[in-house]
Amino acid sequence: MSAPVIAEGMFDCRKAFAEELIALARQDQRIVAVANDSVGSSNLGAFQKEFPDRLINVGIAEQNMVGVAAGLANGGFVPFVCCASPFLTGRALEQIKADCAYNGYHVVLCGMSPGMAYGELGPTHHSIEDLAWMRAINDLTVMVPADPAQTRGAIRWALHAKGPVFLRIGRFGVPAVTPEDASFEAGRIYELRPGRDVTLIATGTMVSRALEAAGQLAAEGIDARVLNASTIKPLDTAMVLKAAQETRGIVTAEEAVVEGGLGAAVAEFTAQHHPVRMRILGVTGFAPTGDTAFLLDHFGLNAAGLAKAARQILSH
Amino acid sequence: MTQAAATIRQLAGRAQEIARSSGEDAPALLAGIAREVRLNVLTTIGEAGMGHVGGDLSVTDILTTLFFDVLKLDPARPDWADRDRFILSKGHCAVALYSVLALRGFIEPELLPTFGKPLSVLNGHPNRRKVPGVEANTGPLGHGLPIAVGCAIAARLSGRDWRTFVVLGDGELQEGSNWEAAMAAGHRGLGSLTAIVDRNRFQQGAGTEATNRLEPLADKWRAFGWDVHEVDGHDHAALLEVLRPAPGERPRFVIAHTFKGKGVSFMQDLVDWHHKVPSADQLQQALAEVGR
Ligand SMILES: Cc1ncc(C[n+]2csc(CCOP(=O)(O)OP(=O)(O)O)c2C)c(N)n1
Repeated sequence: MSAPVIAEGMFDCRKAFAEELIALARQDQRIVAVANDSVGSSNLGAFQKEFPDRLINVGIAEQNMVGVAAGLANGGFVPFVCCASPFLTGRALEQIKADCAYNGYHVVLCGMSPGMAYGELGPTHHSIEDLAWMRAINDLTVMVPADPAQTRGAIRWALHAKGPVFLRIGRFGVPAVTPEDASFEAGRIYELRPGRDVTLIATGTMVSRALEAAGQLAAEGIDARVLNASTIKPLDTAMVLKAAQETRGIVTAEEAVVEGGLGAAVAEFTAQHHPVRMRILGVTGFAPTGDTAFLLDHFGLNAAGLAKAARQILSH
Repeated sequence: MTQAAATIRQLAGRAQEIARSSGEDAPALLAGIAREVRLNVLTTIGEAGMGHVGGDLSVTDILTTLFFDVLKLDPARPDWADRDRFILSKGHCAVALYSVLALRGFIEPELLPTFGKPLSVLNGHPNRRKVPGVEANTGPLGHGLPIAVGCAIAARLSGRDWRTFVVLGDGELQEGSNWEAAMAAGHRGLGSLTAIVDRNRFQQGAGTEATNRLEPLADKWRAFGWDVHEVDGHDHAALLEVLRPAPGERPRFVIAHTFKGKGVSFMQDLVDWHHKVPSADQLQQALAEVGR
């Protein structure tokens, strides 16, 4: 599979993830990593080298993996379960709900390489339902850091969380959208660019594309606000309400199905509290063959797609 | 049709005819076809820059034996109701399957170079909706055996005599769904079902025994009520001997001992080649070694 392009100024969030996890594990003996034969693809090689006993590779057995993590949490450890997102969330969905969330265990579920990151490997490997599935589970915090700095912040926050956390860790190259020293809090949507006409709310890989779209719109005299939804659940309703009140409509964008994810969360809230025009951008249908960049373009998940949706909102 | 494609088509047609009609020549013919499959696997992966070369090369002889001798199929009618069912549960080895399907006449050999390219029907994992000869979409490990159990129950319920074959990875056996299916098949005495495990002793990141031990594998399946056989998974004569016989009372579990990266000196038995892509020079060397 052709690796997503990591050009100058583009980052693979798995790298920041592994570095931060190792740094924290040096100070905090409770941290263990749990994996499913995916030590390499989760970028845990260095962790395994430094803490061989604290990497529990259960083999290709994701349901067992999450159950084991629940037991480790029961025993006082903080397990970071690292696994390709489609198999972590799909295969072990019930373990995530019943064993982790319902028990209230502090397990950090790290869905690696989500969305279209496994482009040509096809729809079985595209993790596009994970946001909907995870968002439907009670008491689970769902975070999607947009860049390396946010990835580090999200892990630090997750380490001290009280209950289960789902962290979506991207593999597709992204630029930095937040400064290294920016604070990170779960439950917040961050404003990256002010704007009065329309609001673009994006998550993960879509954030930099939303900023790009705002640039294109500015050239046409359209003032677009850009928000980074690095937490999907709980939703930062104050930020959404402000956007609904202060701009003429909201475009959401996510590398996931349009059912049940970020767009749905925003729509569920605005429908009840401040109805606005909305366009929900995401993946529709099983993808054809192609690499990640090709597929994102195929589904209109790019600056042009976001800008077009914003214009549609304003043309009414 | 390109000259190369015409040649493989011809070779395949001939092999198919002779393999089914004459028991004696079959192993030699199958070995010849398997060599073509390996050349196609290497070329396709080299061209695409992606693929799971190690497992493709370990499963090649098993797939060749099935598709060119054992399975009752008609490439002109991929959905023929009485066909034998075949499921490649280790779907990451799609390139080996595509190469076999091309040689057997299910798909145009010209499609192979499109593997992984935008809008190709040949995805990294097989897709039943797009590729004739693919019985079930696979890719997430641990799905093939339960589907195969369903196929075998369907044959019994409908009073048909087609058989069901499924090829599993040994690392894949770590998924619990296999054991649920093993229990169901043993309980029901699904004699028309044959599961073949590509026992190359490696999974993605390490050896199976170092990760989550499978041994004693034969005893486990016997305990679940299966008729267990062990063969050299690169020996076509040995494979024919266990795969040809008519169904018995119990489901059949065939442990096919293989080598990951079989046939290429610098890949064979090395975990690094699970999905590494050979460089241009390595590809030339690999083709030369396999072509010999
Ligand atoms: C449910 C699931 N978990 C993880 C993976 C990632 N994965 C792809 S191939 C592979 C290793 C498979 O090993 P094995 O079954 O022995 O196949 P082989 O060595 O024959 O290629 C893994 C872990 C997957 N495809 N599906």
